[in-house]
Amino acid sequence: MLGRSANAVFWMFRYLERAENLARLLDTGFRMALTRDHLTAEEEWRSVIETAGMRDSYQEQHGTYAGIQVWNHILRDRNNFNSIRSLIGAVRTNARSARNVITSEVWEAVNGSYLQLNDLLARPVNQSGLADAINTVKRESTLVRGAIYGSMLRNDIYNFARIGSFIERADNTARILDVKYYVLLPSLSYVGSSLDNVQWETILRSLGAERAYRWLNAGQLDARGIADFLILDGRFPRSLAFCYSKIRSNLQSLALQYGEEVHAHEVMRNADLKLQDKNIDLVIDKGLHEFLSDFIACNNDIARAVETDYRFTD
Amino acid sequence: MSGQRPDTFDEMIDAEGGVRAAYEGYRQWFDEQDPQGLKRKHQEAEAFFRKTGITFNVYGQDDAEERLIPFDPVPRIVTAQEWRRLSRGIEQRVRALNAFLHDLYHRQEIIKAGRVPEWLLRGNEAYLPHMSGFTPPGGVYTHITGIDLVRTGPNDFHVLEDNARTPSGVSYMLENRETMMAMFPELFTRVKVAPVSNYPRRLARSLAACAPPACEGRPVVAVLTPGIYNSAYYEHSFLADQMGAELVEASDLRVIGGRVQMRTTRGFKPVDVLYRRVDDDYLDPLTFRADSMLGVPGIMDVYRAGGITIANAPGTGIADDKALYSFMPEIVEFYTGEKPLLPNVETYRCMEEDALKYVLDNIADLVVKEVHGSGGYGMLIGPTSSKREIARFTEKLKANPHNYIAQPTLSLSTVPILTKKGLAPRHVDLRPFVLMSPNGIEITPGGLTRVALKSGSLVVNSSQGGGTKDSWVLEE
Repeated sequence: MLGRSANAVFWMFRYLERAENLARLLDTGFRMALTRDHLTAEEEWRSVIETAGMRDSYQEQHGTYAGIQVWNHILRDRNNFNSIRSLIGAVRTNARSARNVITSEVWEAVNGSYLQLNDLLARPVNQSGLADAINTVKRESTLVRGAIYGSMLRNDIYNFARIGSFIERADNTARILDVKYYVLLPSLSYVGSSLDNVQWETILRSLGAERAYRWLNAGQLDARGIADFLILDGRFPRSLAFCYSKIRSNLQSLALQYGEEVHAHEVMRNADLKLQDKNIDLVIDKGLHEFLSDFIACNNDIARAVETDYRFTD
Repeated sequence: MSGQRPDTFDEMIDAEGGVRAAYEGYRQWFDEQDPQGLKRKHQEAEAFFRKTGITFNVYGQDDAEERLIPFDPVPRIVTAQEWRRLSRGIEQRVRALNAFLHDLYHRQEIIKAGRVPEWLLRGNEAYLPHMSGFTPPGGVYTHITGIDLVRTGPNDFHVLEDNARTPSGVSYMLENRETMMAMFPELFTRVKVAPVSNYPRRLARSLAACAPPACEGRPVVAVLTPGIYNSAYYEHSFLADQMGAELVEASDLRVIGGRVQMRTTRGFKPVDVLYRRVDDDYLDPLTFRADSMLGVPGIMDVYRAGGITIANAPGTGIADDKALYSFMPEIVEFYTGEKPLLPNVETYRCMEEDALKYVLDNIADLVVKEVHGSGGYGMLIGPTSSKREIARFTEKLKANPHNYIAQPTLSLSTVPILTKKGLAPRHVDLRPFVLMSPNGIEITPGGLTRVALKSGSLVVNSSQGGGTKDSWVLEE
């Protein structure tokens, strides 16, 4: 396949994943804000902007963190390259550019999502419309994922799409943890504090992990357990360990199809070493924040190696 | 029938109000349909097109980056017998075009014989001296041709234009049929229509049959597109997808080791046949326009050395030059030894003094076109233009008569479209698509019917508010 098409498919799925993650983050912020007084609510929304990595673009336009401003900035601000509206546009542009390497099912799912969201986000979203907007983003993203799963050949094209998804997902999980890592540190938290409980819930919720975690732990929340679950539990589809197992196997499929490994495989093996044989105590003792920063950098290295080794650009 | 000339030939209804043979089956079915249901289906079709992304970018309109070409759900139908006659004429014409191109770039017998004047080539930008003495692989210049036909009577089809550069619209021919079959499956069990869906397969086979001498093994075919912002990008991606070919942009290609190669995830890989949807001018910045970002530096050298096939061949544009068009009857006769089966529309070359005088005297009744214009731009339709428009155009014509030809306004045939008030006749043309390879000429039954949606209008171009219809050739 063309390097340019691989690039388009890779970014199409990165952006799609990013849009879905933002929707989940908004959902969490909205829920938190609803249960807070006015001042704490603003603080929650500020934290959402922070977690989304949009501080600069937001502060350029707004001085306060009123909820409606925040969610409209994330949902539909055209000047914000990472708004869901911009991202869905970029997903579609990439899909158009890779039109002949994706199936018509995938293309129609992407195009349908774009048309629907473009329409939904054409006007400012108010409080009563927010839940619908969030759910639509999540549903459309699921549709596209289902279309690729059900209709694409398991070849290089599929593998680049999946690598894009999981690179983005791992990055997202690591960033959310990193923004809130301090609430998971034993030295700073004491069991039973209602504030911590709420913060822990926020983390779980914004990764769609709250039900899975509760189910596995009979409803008991504890900081160490949460960190363990989100970083090392290979059963949870947004954990760092799970994302890496997927990237690893997709890279292996590429090596199998192409009959050779590239530098990216080496980078992946090195990254793997950092997760392997880790237990959460070790991670926390060495420093959660350091661990996460290191992980994010490694994850970027894998992405860059894939882009270079498979000649995404000239 | 407002705005319609009384001598207009309607393809569905005859002068006595009866239904013509071609439409009998369809009309029976139509009369059984619930009008509300038809309207609903029509709307569904539009949603289907939008979701599929069958869009067309209109140049010079910022507000609408991508637009749909309106689709009319009433098919345009010709009988098997009519089609047989037509396709013989089309095949003859394409054969002549190809022979003419070969001659122009070699011995120029037709000029020596005095059948086509030499001045037509001189200073004509569509004539590429780089092609002189070179024969493209398989001797094929016009791999894909779209012949624009208009009908004026039961047996009267005229060629309005030969599109020998990179004719577009074939994706609409295919998608219109898909849409019709999805909307009205039962209709296709009642009326037997010749299929068109094998066009991409035929195109792939036809292109592969023109592989260059350097090709080893199965020919690698790629479609060259200017990119996603080009007005016909949908079609480029559609054809690449349907053919199983790569869809390349200039930035993917590079000349390495005497071959044009594309950058794949596993390194550079040679392309054997390039179905380019980029104009000659932009093809090779080393040979043609130096500022072109859409082409491949050095591709012409590779081409002349037998390293790649370019479809259509560079320089075919001379054959669909509007000034040359008027010589087509002579050209057909010269190379085939037969009378043309399909007549031209009578054409006045404004560069000739007598013709110019006639055109100026009768401009209100004529269609005046720029020799190098396309897409319905830069033309005057006398009968529907205001006095001011005519006056302004007359000035342009007088200032540069070489740049214009004129034709009588033909009474184009009509086919009904579905309007809010039911069926209403509208003018149509027809563009059949013709494939040529060393193995022969293949014409897909039907083609693209373009329809002027405004009552009485003769402009069918999609860039100017025209729509399309599914085009049927009945099976016997």
